[in-house]
Amino acid sequence: MQVNSEWKPTIVAFCCNWCSYAGADLSGTNRLSYPANVRIIRIPCSCRLNPMFILRAFQRGADGVILCGCHPGDCRYTTGNYYARRRMTLLFSMLDYLGIERARTRVEWVSAAEGAKFAATMNDFVQTVTALGENRRLEDLRCKA
Amino acid sequence: MKQIAKTELDTLFAAITAEQKLYIPADDSAGQAQFTLWRPGLALSGRLNTARSAKDLFFPQVENLVGFRMHAGAIERVETREEPEDFVIFGVRACDCRSFSILDRVFLSEPVDTFYQMRRAHATVVTLACTRPEETCFCAAMGVDAADPAGDVTCWLEDGTLLWRANTEKGEALTEKLPMLRPCPADAADAQQARTRALMQKLPLAKLDLSAFGAGKTRALFDRPEWASLSEACLGCGTCTFVCPTCQCYDVEEFRDGSSVRRFRCWDSCMYSDFTKMSAGQPRPTQRERFRQRFLHKLVYFPENNDGVFGCVGCGRCLAKCPIHMNIVKVIKTLGVTHA
Amino acid sequence: MQGVKEKAIELLRSKSVDRVVGWKAGEFFYDLTPAVFTSVPEVEQSFVWSVFCAANLSKYLIAESRRGGKVAAFLKPCDTYSFVQLVKEHRILRENVHVVGVQCAGMCDMETIRSHGLSAVTSVAEQDGALRVETLYGARTLDRKDALGEKCRTCKSKKLAVYDELLGEQGCDEDNGRFLEVARIEAMTPEERFAFWRGELSRCIRCNACRNVCPACSCETCVFDNPDSGLRNKAAADAFEENLFHIIRAFHVASRCTDCGECTRVCPQHIPLHLLNRKFIKDINGLYGPYQAGADFDTKPPLMDFTLHDPEPSQAAVRGGGV
Repeated sequence: MQVNSEWKPTIVAFCCNWCSYAGADLSGTNRLSYPANVRIIRIPCSCRLNPMFILRAFQRGADGVILCGCHPGDCRYTTGNYYARRRMTLLFSMLDYLGIERARTRVEWVSAAEGAKFAATMNDFVQTVTALGENRRLEDLRCKA
Repeated sequence: MKQIAKTELDTLFAAITAEQKLYIPADDSAGQAQFTLWRPGLALSGRLNTARSAKDLFFPQVENLVGFRMHAGAIERVETREEPEDFVIFGVRACDCRSFSILDRVFLSEPVDTFYQMRRAHATVVTLACTRPEETCFCAAMGVDAADPAGDVTCWLEDGTLLWRANTEKGEALTEKLPMLRPCPADAADAQQARTRALMQKLPLAKLDLSAFGAGKTRALFDRPEWASLSEACLGCGTCTFVCPTCQCYDVEEFRDGSSVRRFRCWDSCMYSDFTKMSAGQPRPTQRERFRQRFLHKLVYFPENNDGVFGCVGCGRCLAKCPIHMNIVKVIKTLGVTHA
Repeated sequence: MQGVKEKAIELLRSKSVDRVVGWKAGEFFYDLTPAVFTSVPEVEQSFVWSVFCAANLSKYLIAESRRGGKVAAFLKPCDTYSFVQLVKEHRILRENVHVVGVQCAGMCDMETIRSHGLSAVTSVAEQDGALRVETLYGARTLDRKDALGEKCRTCKSKKLAVYDELLGEQGCDEDNGRFLEVARIEAMTPEERFAFWRGELSRCIRCNACRNVCPACSCETCVFDNPDSGLRNKAAADAFEENLFHIIRAFHVASRCTDCGECTRVCPQHIPLHLLNRKFIKDINGLYGPYQAGADFDTKPPLMDFTLHDPEPSQAAVRGGGV
């Protein structure tokens, strides 16, 4: 694993439009900082996240993928995040089963009012992935050239 | 004719490896034989044949052709071709060796496929005669002599001894570099050959009648109603085509990552729904047409364009591997019966 | 079992059905092909019921049940779960199918028999619970269980989920340790698990046999075949794509997969694909309560359902892959 002082992981954060995406905004307006290597992709609901998106992110160079959605019970569409919770639980367990580092994937529930939690979550996740180093087990070598 | 004790095979393989790469059939983790790069300690498989065919070494499933990259506002061509190193492929059975000559007709005729041509030029083929054919073997019906395979070198394993006969200049050149091979009588393999040939005649499919097939039979076979029942259970998977030593169809695909393009070719299967799909649509809309394409290609269209040579070598892989056990032998037997 | 072929003849002769889906004799004693029979002479001539009827006929009923008229199908206990699941998903028209349940003692698998070093097998006969295997090079006796395919060695149930009539006795759920291998892999270190799965999945030749045989894979066009999906890959051009295909496929059938074992049976490269599906089943059982896909017509598959207090994804991690 190649970890040097300059290397910064690429993090993809899938954020629900109605909560964590606004939470990210709030953390900005509150002048809270989170690492610039977090790339946010807005999705209409956490349950829009197709498992394929996660694998695809890893393929295209992500070192960590995080999904942020509304707290259980607070889904804009009432139940979307409950489905997402089951799906991600099973998917992450499967990735672990295949020996792909489990800590590279995470789900956090962050509301629109939790700007501070958003920043803290991202800081913590980036730290975790930095410690793991580059994604090697789910990379596409053709994207590395 | 030369010989070496079977117990000294490692010495022989090590000597070959000193000069070039060597692939031998070895058991994989699932217990099936596969052509594997030899390394000290790798044992020759005891199985009759490899699960994947030997064509993989000349016509790999995926092969990069060329790449493009955006650079300073212009498109730059990226060379992805790698010059293959010399290699030896050991333990090729007679059927697979015959498949090379079939693939040669496709890839080495104009326009020559230079990727395939380079691999063929760099390879020395060492064949191994069969002694214990399977019930699924029907190479004899395709005119292959399992007891005397072609290749640059032909080998026989007999009573703990490997017999070695160079057939070509390439074979002679390889033999010269292997001093551990000791001379032996030229008729050393004769007894085994006689036994194997007798055995081949006893196989259930030895007398497969191919008279209804070959060049010029398209009209007689194309609209036969039996195609419907033959293909009705077909899953449309690519197993038969991908384990087949003579299937040669490929597709050219591109991998794009936003700033560059990699163009590669990969095996395609006529069993797939998008095979030869064009802007105007799919010329073979149902599995019945796709299925018919596969078998008529091997049994009629190929011989028509290639001096009557069938595009099948009788290796029996499709018989063993088809998930629903539909295969070329059943097609031959069903359509071989002419209408009353 | 006696009576399967006779039942097919009876159903056609009495005109209670128009077609029968069964198994057709091949070149050898073992290479049976799923087939549709429309007449009594056809059945008499080539219908076979033997220890080599491993193929799950349920998926063929998607098309057959829509072809007009009534179709009879012979389903083994494991096949009935796929059937129910497909009816549940509105893929099979239940009213057009007459299900003849057939009790089963486990099906033999030619690749398994060959894996015991037997080649050129000319016949297999049952003799007092053992199998007499004749080959061109001599005969050998195999224990019946050593000749069973993987799906039958770890049979989950002899209980038929549905039938209109039954040949043989209704059976019970079985415990043949089908999750032991999953647990063994879970107990490995992540490095070992990664190495194990790379070793297995790297053999994949993307022939799609696992997908095409799978009763749960019944999409009209698979995302991996759709040129507009951006995911089509005819061959795994990179190790990533080997993982991608099998993870996504297993995920897509998760909670709908009945563990019929066809994927592993048909894999020409002998990849233990059932271990991916069983991992999902084991997780679902542990996290959301025991669930057997296709056991009934009413319950929702766990991935199409939820409770307010499901475990969080992070908790599954704490378990270290095990549940």
